[in-house]
Amino acid sequence: MYYKLVSLILTIKLSSMKNLNLLLIISFISIVACAQKHKSIIIADDPKTIDYTTEVVVNELDIPWGFVFLPDGSMLITEKSGELIHYNAGVKTKIKGLPEVYLRGQGGLMDIELHPNYRENGWLYITYSSSDGEGEGGNTTLIRAQLIGTKLTSVERLYKAEPNSKRGQHFGSRIEFDKDGYLYFSIGDRGNRDVNPQDITRDCGKIYRLNDDGSIPNDNPFLDFPGAKTAIYSYGHRNPQGMICHPDTGEIWVHEHGPRGGDEINRIKKGGNFGWPLISYGINYSGTSFTDDTDLPGMEQPLFYWVPSIAPSGMAYITSDMYKDWKNNLLIGSLKFEYIERLVLENNKVVKREKILEGMGRVRNVRQGIDGYVYASLEGVGIVKIIPNK
Amino acid sequence: MKLLSFAFLLIGFFLMMFFNYSTDILYTSYKTVKSQSQSKALKESIKRGNIVYSDFCVSCHLPNGSGVNKIYPPLANSDYLEANRDASIKGLKFGLKGKIKVNGIEYNKYMPPMGLSAEEIADVMNYTNHSWGNTFGKIVTVAEVSEIK
Repeated sequence: MYYKLVSLILTIKLSSMKNLNLLLIISFISIVACAQKHKSIIIADDPKTIDYTTEVVVNELDIPWGFVFLPDGSMLITEKSGELIHYNAGVKTKIKGLPEVYLRGQGGLMDIELHPNYRENGWLYITYSSSDGEGEGGNTTLIRAQLIGTKLTSVERLYKAEPNSKRGQHFGSRIEFDKDGYLYFSIGDRGNRDVNPQDITRDCGKIYRLNDDGSIPNDNPFLDFPGAKTAIYSYGHRNPQGMICHPDTGEIWVHEHGPRGGDEINRIKKGGNFGWPLISYGINYSGTSFTDDTDLPGMEQPLFYWVPSIAPSGMAYITSDMYKDWKNNLLIGSLKFEYIERLVLENNKVVKREKILEGMGRVRNVRQGIDGYVYASLEGVGIVKIIPNK
Repeated sequence: MKLLSFAFLLIGFFLMMFFNYSTDILYTSYKTVKSQSQSKALKESIKRGNIVYSDFCVSCHLPNGSGVNKIYPPLANSDYLEANRDASIKGLKFGLKGKIKVNGIEYNKYMPPMGLSAEEIADVMNYTNHSWGNTFGKIVTVAEVSEIK
C-alpha cells in the first residue's frame, strides 16, 4: 500500500511541480518506500561457469531434515515426518525404536549426528520434538541411541526443553561436536520471541553445551546464575538451523533464520548474548518494525547477515580439495531461494557469495561426506551428490 | 528552491500517512459492515483462524496471502482455493504433494501436514476463504473437516 500511495503522491506532485528536484524525489522514495533499512553488503552472484554435475543418490524423500554417513559408507536420513531411514546400496530400510515424535508446524524428527568416536562406542545423537512432560504441545528433545540391525537400542533422553508449547515455530535444532568432545545443539525461540531468548532461566532461543553423556560440563557459563538452565552456552538466538565446528579454530559457528530479513551467521561465544529480539537486521513479516537497534553494548554482532532472508538451513565447511576454489568456503542451504550459497571468507568476513545447485528444490541440509564429496538434501528430491568436472 | 522542495516532500509525507490512516479506517468499517451480515459462528472461526494462520502459514503464504511467485502459491484471490474446497482441506490434513495450477501458474512443491486439529483446520480455512477480498463459500465446519479422509 505504501508503494502505491507514494507513487500516487509523487505523480500528483510531479505533474504540478515541474521544476522539482528529481534527485530529491528519488532519495525520498528510497527513504520512505524502502521498508528494509539494512541490505546485505555482498549479494549472491550467479556462477560464471558451472563446473560440476549432480547425481541424485537417494531419491523420493519429502523433507530430509538431517543425514549422516556411517563408517561403512551407508547413510542415516531423518524425515521430518518421523521416519529414520537407513540407506545402503540402493536399499532404504526404516529404522524402528524411535520415541514418539510430536508433529506440529516446523517440529518433527530433525537432526542426526555421530559421536566423534562412533566407531568405538556407536552413539548416535538425534533431535526431535516431543510432547513428553507437562502441558499441551511439545518441545525440542535430544536423545542418544545405538543402532543394532534395523533398530535403535539403548535410547537415552539427554535433554528436553520446557515448557511444551502448541506454537508451530522455531524448534532449532542442529547438533555438532567440537574438538574437545563437547556436544552442542540449538533450540529456537518456539515463536515466543519476547519471553524466551533473553531469559536464561528459560529454555528456547539458546545454544546448549553438554558432555557426550548429557551431563552438564563443569565450566558451562551460567552454573552460578540463580535459576539458570545450566546447559545453556549462549542465548539471544531466534532459530539456528545450521551448525559447524570450524576445522581450524574449533569454534562453533551457527546460522539462524531472521524474521523478514536478518538471517545471521554467528560465531558462538561462551555466555554470549546474540541479541534476539533486542537487536536485529530484520523486520516483522508484516513489514512493521520491532526494534530500531542493530547493535547494543554487551551483545554479539553476526559475522554476516542476510537482507533479504534466504531462509538458511544446513551448513558445511569445505575442507575437501576436490572442488576448485571451494576449499575453506562455507556452503549453506537456502529453503527460500532453492539453492546452496557458497560463501568465501577472508579474515572471518564474507567477501563473496555464489549460487550453487540453483532450482533443484528447497535445500534442507548440506554436508561434506567422508569421501570428500558434497552432499545436499533437497525437499521432494532426495540426497544429491555434487560431482566436480575433471 | 531546495528548501521549497523539501517542504513539499514533507507535506507529501504527511499526506501519505493520512491517506494510509484513513484508508485503514475505511477498510475496517467496510469489514465491520460486511461481517455483520455473516453468521457469528463464521466470524468467531475467522478470528481464531487468523491466529492459526499467523503461526503456521504466514512464513510461506505471507501476511497478505500473496505467496511467493512460482514457489508458494497465493491464497488471496486464488482460483484453486475457491474451486478445490475438499482438496484444500485434505492438503491441510495430510499434506499436499504434486503439481497444482493456481491462477494459471504451475506449482510443484510439497506442503507438509502441520499437525493441526480439525477445529484449527476449519478455522484457518474460514480465515483464508474470507480474507484479502476472498468470499469463498459457506462456513467450513469441524464435522466437514473430520469427514475428509
